[in-house]
Amino acid sequence: MHMDKKTKDNLITYGIVIAAFLVVEVLAMTGKLSSHMGGLLVPMTYYAIIAVALNLCVGILGELSIGHCGFMCIGAFTSATFSKVMADKIPSGPRFFIAFIIGIAVAALFGFLIGIPVLRLKGDYLAIVTLAFGEIIKNVINAFYIGVDSKGFHFSMENQMALNLESDGTMIINGAMGITGTPKDANFMIGIGVLLISLVIVLNLINSRDGRAIMAIRDNHIAAEASGINVTRYKMLAFTISAAIAGSAGVLYSHNITTLTASSQYFGYNASIMILVYVVLGGIGNIRGSVVAACILYLLPELLRGLNKYRMLIYSIVLIVMMIVNWSPKVIEWRKRTFANFGFKKKVKVVK
Amino acid sequence: MSFLTYLINGLSLGSIYAIIALGYTMVYGIAKMLNFAHGDFIMVGCYVIFSISGALSGNGVMGTVIAVVVSIVLCSLLGITTEFIAYRPLRGAASPLAVLITAIGVSYFLENLALIIFGADVKSFSSVITWKGISFAGGQLKIQGVTIVTIVISLVILICLQLFINKTKQGQAMLAVAEDKGAATLMGINVNKTIMLTFAIGSALAAIAGALLCSAYPNLSPYVGAMPGIKAFVAAVLGGIGSIPGAMIGGLVLGIVEILSKTYISSQLSDAIVFGILVIVLIVKPTGILGKVIQEKV
Amino acid sequence: MKKFNKVISAFMTSAMVTAMLAGCTDPASTATTNSQEPAQATESSSDNGATFKIGAIGPLTGGAAVYGNAVCNAAELAVEEINAAGGINGYQVEYSKEDDELNAEKSVNAYNTLKDWGMQILVGSTTSACSIAVSENTKADNMFQLTPSGSAEECVKYDNVFRVCFSDPNQGIASAQYIADHNLATKVGIIYDSSDVYSSGICQKFTEEAKDKNFEIVSSEAFTADNATDFSVQLQKAKDAGADLVFLPIYYQAASLILTQANTMDYKPVFFGVDGMDGILSVENFDTKLAEGVMLLTPFAADAKDDLTVNFVKNYQEKYGEVPNQFAADAYDAVYIIKQALEAKSVTPDMSTSDICEALKGAMTEIEASGLTSAKMTWEASGEPNKEPKAVVIKEGAYVSAE
Repeated sequence: MHMDKKTKDNLITYGIVIAAFLVVEVLAMTGKLSSHMGGLLVPMTYYAIIAVALNLCVGILGELSIGHCGFMCIGAFTSATFSKVMADKIPSGPRFFIAFIIGIAVAALFGFLIGIPVLRLKGDYLAIVTLAFGEIIKNVINAFYIGVDSKGFHFSMENQMALNLESDGTMIINGAMGITGTPKDANFMIGIGVLLISLVIVLNLINSRDGRAIMAIRDNHIAAEASGINVTRYKMLAFTISAAIAGSAGVLYSHNITTLTASSQYFGYNASIMILVYVVLGGIGNIRGSVVAACILYLLPELLRGLNKYRMLIYSIVLIVMMIVNWSPKVIEWRKRTFANFGFKKKVKVVK
Repeated sequence: MSFLTYLINGLSLGSIYAIIALGYTMVYGIAKMLNFAHGDFIMVGCYVIFSISGALSGNGVMGTVIAVVVSIVLCSLLGITTEFIAYRPLRGAASPLAVLITAIGVSYFLENLALIIFGADVKSFSSVITWKGISFAGGQLKIQGVTIVTIVISLVILICLQLFINKTKQGQAMLAVAEDKGAATLMGINVNKTIMLTFAIGSALAAIAGALLCSAYPNLSPYVGAMPGIKAFVAAVLGGIGSIPGAMIGGLVLGIVEILSKTYISSQLSDAIVFGILVIVLIVKPTGILGKVIQEKV
Repeated sequence: MKKFNKVISAFMTSAMVTAMLAGCTDPASTATTNSQEPAQATESSSDNGATFKIGAIGPLTGGAAVYGNAVCNAAELAVEEINAAGGINGYQVEYSKEDDELNAEKSVNAYNTLKDWGMQILVGSTTSACSIAVSENTKADNMFQLTPSGSAEECVKYDNVFRVCFSDPNQGIASAQYIADHNLATKVGIIYDSSDVYSSGICQKFTEEAKDKNFEIVSSEAFTADNATDFSVQLQKAKDAGADLVFLPIYYQAASLILTQANTMDYKPVFFGVDGMDGILSVENFDTKLAEGVMLLTPFAADAKDDLTVNFVKNYQEKYGEVPNQFAADAYDAVYIIKQALEAKSVTPDMSTSDICEALKGAMTEIEASGLTSAKMTWEASGEPNKEPKAVVIKEGAYVSAE
């Protein structure tokens, strides 16, 4: 069977994910996996997923987004609302599946709607508008009050009392207090499954005709337009898919932790920038790199817990050093010169 | 009458955004990098003033002046050092995003360093402006001293920067570097030196902005600069990237819009409204209020 | 460049594998030693080598670090005192704290880290959303959890979780009642943080409770965490509506800004706060004249004159260089409450975590504790404490009982 370089490359990516999954499963089965590590697995998968989504937007489409956690937020809230309402009515398997469909669909819808104005802009102007939308989503959800009672759904943007719930009513989304008590349906296997699906979607997109069109727009949109590529259509396509995948990360997020609040530390621009850090450090346009970088950078502060209050300080230094080592033209030049005569293995070691 | 009161409140807030945005746009417009650590330079400036004026509290006005001057100098040095260590190695990197991420690293570093040195609890900052301001209409309308001082200082900085950039050699060099680094080098301009000067000025402005920010809103914590930094970024983009008067106008507009939307629409949704207006402005005018439209070439 | 990218991705791959392995094996090996430890402990418990392991969780970095540090420091202080005095039931106590950055997800990570360390009893999490998320895990592991300051209603929804502080609804209702009973105002304005669980929780209940009281809510204005510097609009609206009392169900940092800004605009209503307001007098360099006449319902006042408070404040200040706030007081009480409950049931550290939890659950509803935050505290099986909020008023830079 003929296998071109790209297919091989993609298979390596899937292989790494599957191998990582198997290693963890073996460790878990033999009881070698600590609770701490066990708890980090699902977050690692959803951060890897949203990093892949953002890389599609930043690396492949070439548009800087610093509001991607907004889509994650939408996916998380819509799916958690569904799961909470249906908690006793549908068994957990199909319920979680439908929650995924809802979360992804709504995130994609918002990706599409937001994409219409956003993608007309360029460069930093575009970036700031994505930031703006991320903040708008967060702020609006914080003012959402949805409750359900025997008469059906009640909705308000003011406060809980405006809902006029009956005494048997329950709050679904309670403003800043968000959603509590979402069923904990997510696990590592589902997380890895979703990660693999999003990798298949993104990698196939990149290697398809559509993907080449998208990258042509990134490299030179005027030339692409001149070659007959429908710029708007392809930009929207990539942006919507990216939003949908971010939404699926949100679904995993909300079904892994029982409290969901639309606060800055989860869905604000800071969180979005954190994802951008994963993407840039893993390599812009390098999908596999995003997965790996997301895992490493999510693990890093956790592994530094022993340093107590110096933890985040050390983390920031490591981040700066890693960026300079990986990206500085001078360092790259120096590395090339110094290690030109050595074997591949040594290079790897030194880079580390 | 109440509308005027709110407008003046908006002006107070906007003047603070404007003065931060002036420093922000210096670095942003010339070095073409989003310095996410700019807000944290402001924070450093505030802590320096807080510590020194605390130590010199017996010396009255002199103590404050010394504190502000030292803070300006130290912030400049911090800006130069940061640029040298963290940003310069990444000049010419394959992607402009690399330096953005490093700036985030610097921002985390400064915040966490301040957290370790000064602790997490807020400190109350004694205003460097003791003037109470002026009242109109029998005390019903009041403009605070710090607002007037901030606007005057912003205008002075604006004029100085415009003169500096348009009339001096170094200023022209900055414009050239902003336009095209390669061509600037060919014209005999020392790009590294020029960008270093840009950072020195930008960070000095951060110290001044910090002194005024904390005089108007006297709570000092390691995260005091983070949100104003982002707001200044928004103001700079709103005004048009690279335009110094644009940054000033952007800041004032942002402050007034924020206050008026809180007043007349919803205090709960004011963030969403402010950002919504930003989106609308940029859709109508995709390069900001005073931004230049650059013709793209293939 | 392409070649380099290849090298990078190869490096990243190898780094990931090593990181995964290292990440998995390192704590895994600690986990194994941990799992052996209790086993050894069981064997050696006769010679008194076993210890109780108490863990605490809170935001030690980030914008909320002041609360997490207060909780973790005070718990540490209490543990040291207990150890110096001979421990609990004759056993020493080991203590460990973890950072959650005010992030529910990180709080669960912190919990798991502490579990690997061998924690038997949890003091935490410090904040509501984190505490709720962690309670899901403590419930699954049947570990006893006593949150010093998780005040949202849902924090104690499981039977293994108890709290030291008042619940948010409780505070909202108590505030409304207090204002009504003492005829403090006829027109009330509210300024609250709509992005904060604690603040909006209290505000909701206060508003509900105020419906049939002798005062009217004339303005209810929000701010958000991202927009917590300028309060001119919220104050102006309260002033224009003629509010003679402004209810501030918020923390003292924002409150100190509100007081400053109210002063510059010559607006002088009665400001009425809740327990989050405690700490305002110890903000470094704050002009306490601005807080003159501020009333608050708080269980703890750092300048109270009873021996317990005086000693606590003195020791805390010596050790950490700060005046403790009510978070610290809640956490300090939490550790002593655990001690009392452990002693009531003669619990020993060689018992399993689940057995300790069962014993403590039983003890909590029986004991009557006395501490910094109340002279008499008892608990319902639901996890709610019974204690009276104290109203204090600030006079000449100090708290004075309002009665």
